Amino acid sequence: MNYSFDFSFVDTYWPSLLHGLWVSAEISIISLVGGFVLGVGLAVARSQGSPLARRLAGGFVDLTRNTPLVVQTFWLFFGLSALGFLVPAIYAAVVALAINTSGYTCEIVRAGIDAVHYGQKEAASCLGLSRAQVMRHVVLPQAVEKMYPSLISQFVLVMLASSIMSQISVEELTAVGLQIQSRTFRGFEVYLVIAAIYLVMSWLLRVVMTSCYNVAFPKQRHIAKALSSVRGRVRAGGAADAAASEVKS
Amino acid sequence: MILGVTYSQWLFILTGAGWTLVLSVLGFVGGTVVGLPVAIARASHNRCFKMLTAGYVKLIQGIPLPVIMFICYFGISIAGYDLPALVAAGIAMTLYSSAFLGEIWRGCIEAIPRTQWEASESLALKKSQVLAHVILPQALRIAIPPTVGFLVQIVKNTSYAVVIGFFDLTYSSRVINNSTFKPFVVFTAAALIYFAMCYPLSILSYRLERKLRRHSR
Repeated sequence: MNYSFDFSFVDTYWPSLLHGLWVSAEISIISLVGGFVLGVGLAVARSQGSPLARRLAGGFVDLTRNTPLVVQTFWLFFGLSALGFLVPAIYAAVVALAINTSGYTCEIVRAGIDAVHYGQKEAASCLGLSRAQVMRHVVLPQAVEKMYPSLISQFVLVMLASSIMSQISVEELTAVGLQIQSRTFRGFEVYLVIAAIYLVMSWLLRVVMTSCYNVAFPKQRHIAKALSSVRGRVRAGGAADAAASEVKS
Repeated sequence: MILGVTYSQWLFILTGAGWTLVLSVLGFVGGTVVGLPVAIARASHNRCFKMLTAGYVKLIQGIPLPVIMFICYFGISIAGYDLPALVAAGIAMTLYSSAFLGEIWRGCIEAIPRTQWEASESLALKKSQVLAHVILPQALRIAIPPTVGFLVQIVKNTSYAVVIGFFDLTYSSRVINNSTFKPFVVFTAAALIYFAMCYPLSILSYRLERKLRRHSR
């Protein structure tokens, strides 16, 4: 195999790569926010709503979680155009991605709601809070706090999944890659570069979301800090004890 | 002619569904073969192994599967081989599922209490024997529900192979949609076929998990 790698396309095509990156980020952020709001609503409906609302939300979540995103996107995009609504592909992409996110977010947040201790709800309603207020001020913040690490992983997966929107002609990063590939015939190198960009993006998203967590839930940070210092002291103390006993013997 | 789609067109879609199953099986088998060593290395105490496999998992989990598909597809062609898209898709699915399965199984191995290691070491078992006869059998029991849950992801994510033109359910339904332009009929059918493959697995995973939780109480 004597193949010489050629990354010179980056020099010419970096503006379109940058543009693709921006579109990817845009789609991801809008659909993450939309999907999160929708998902929390679904989770509340599934755990607090009337039996009918529970059934409906449950069916919706099962449907979104057990069919691939690509098919959902095609269904929405081609379906809308068959009905005569010619929406830009990017809107269809955002809506499809948000719906897909909401299913997963719903399950994560619902697990968080279930994990909030029952005494919390009782105590809050003893204070005269209405059911909606209990949900809004007591249960949901704790549920999101508990499930935040899983939410981060889920959001990174969604950001990565936005790459499939190239299939409905959205000009995001992967689509830009296809264009460059068709002009330069350097498919392998193009996708190595794009993989590196996605890698940086997912790392960045993780960092940003973790710092949001630290700002939004300072309690967790304080606990973690206190725990680590206690652990450090115990370890140091244990070592000192061991040294002392060695000296004695 | 059913719902404006001819009999042979339905058959075409179903053939695609068959290839989706083939790719899913390939992805799972490959993911198991590569993922198990990854999980063991990730749970081991060797720092070098740990770093290498952690890097591998982070790398694969940080790149979208369609891009992995493209890299495999173009990588095979520049290496000078002319292979069907199934091979590229199979390799990509193997890479993808091995990273995720490795991470799932690492959790299962680490969930086995340390005393099990110590007890079997005091019985003079070698490290490989401890793994094979003590740790892995117990880890397997915890690993089944999340693994079945991940099978759903594998089946669904085979649909990303459409980017390299692999003939699967998504691809075949798109072809039929292009020729009939009945997107609701065609894609609803495709979604239902995927649902029929994935939903039983989801339910099974949920049941197994509940059963396991009851037993471990």
